[in-house]
Amino acid sequence: MKRHVWRPLYVVIALVVVILVARVFYVPDDFGAQERGYTFGFHRLSNEQEWKDYPAHYRDSAYCSACHEARSEELHAARHAMIPCENCHGAALDHPEAPEKLAIDRSRELCIRCHAQLYTPSSGRSAIPGIDPAEHNTGLVCTECHNPHNPSLEEM
Amino acid sequence: MKRRAFLKHTAVFVSGAAVSLSALELLDPHEVFAARPELRWGFLVDTHKCVGCGFCVTACKIENDIPLEANVTRTWVERYVMTKDGETFMDSPRGAQNGFTSKLIDQNRSGMKRVPDQEISQAFFVPKLCNHCETPPCVQVCPVGATYQTADGAVLVDRSWCIGCGYCIMGCPYGVRFFHPVEHVADKCTFCYHRISKGGDTACAQACPFGARRIGNLRDPDDPVAKTVMTQRVGILRDEYGTNPQVYYIGLNEEVR
Repeated sequence: MKRHVWRPLYVVIALVVVILVARVFYVPDDFGAQERGYTFGFHRLSNEQEWKDYPAHYRDSAYCSACHEARSEELHAARHAMIPCENCHGAALDHPEAPEKLAIDRSRELCIRCHAQLYTPSSGRSAIPGIDPAEHNTGLVCTECHNPHNPSLEEM
Repeated sequence: MKRRAFLKHTAVFVSGAAVSLSALELLDPHEVFAARPELRWGFLVDTHKCVGCGFCVTACKIENDIPLEANVTRTWVERYVMTKDGETFMDSPRGAQNGFTSKLIDQNRSGMKRVPDQEISQAFFVPKLCNHCETPPCVQVCPVGATYQTADGAVLVDRSWCIGCGYCIMGCPYGVRFFHPVEHVADKCTFCYHRISKGGDTACAQACPFGARRIGNLRDPDDPVAKTVMTQRVGILRDEYGTNPQVYYIGLNEEVR
């Protein structure tokens, strides 16, 4: 074959070699088809561990009751027992170290998530006592009258 | 060739050709085992129990560092209101991250719709999240191998590998994927992989006061979620897409899309 054919071919071959060498350095060793095969499992394996190591923000109510035992017992005797502490008190993170104090949400907006009266006959919502937020003591924070840890209307 | 030899060779050839190639293939034990591992995460939603408080949405966003003010979310709650005339209205204001507190239904361009109580035949809430499909289309369309499925069924996104092309966001028939406003990569529900792999509950399931959301191992016959999925009447979303979703719903209506 003539030189004018070989020359561009050398360029192409060199280019392919450069790309292959770059690929060796750029693509991580654990990248490839994993358990779910080429179609669904083609990925960097160590990323699974990275997701497992993602820091959790929420603990659970058992974590709270380890120190705040009395509060926890009070709540568990009341009708709000099923509400996790962190829904109102905020995510525990590494409390009591960081943050030292949690910001409690006492807003009306939090209470009316469940207690704004809607008409939902095919949902558990209809079994929850509800008010019309536009009519019911507007401008007041719910906790001024109601105790969220013991919401019984008789013991108000 | 003699007639005798011809018949002999023909018999050998035909009997040999009758054995298909797949019958001679040796089974790889790893492959067989991987096809049915001991763990497969699945999710169960009870729409009767959901009251539309949206605590799950708030908890998810805080747990997974999705900005509360951004109008994107990994999970959301939809409200369905059906009238006695057969009309269906649906809304999910900001993914219901502040719950449903008004009887007004957001109908986008046509404004807020108020259906009088006496006209309502059914009204209920449906939580939505990633279905972690057995054959996820979002994974198949990823051109760089940034999104994938783990052996235990979770569909995840490699944030360092995603180029942000958005194919997966388009490819998901359930619309659960979005572009992360801070990370600038595709984002989605991970089933709180960091929590469930350590024996915990997902943030949304933990935040739900009514037990409307539960996660479990579908391969464990004693798991309460697996038991319900196997023995109760449960539904899945958009079966016709062949995605084989692994989020099961109790009390699903055909109006729910």
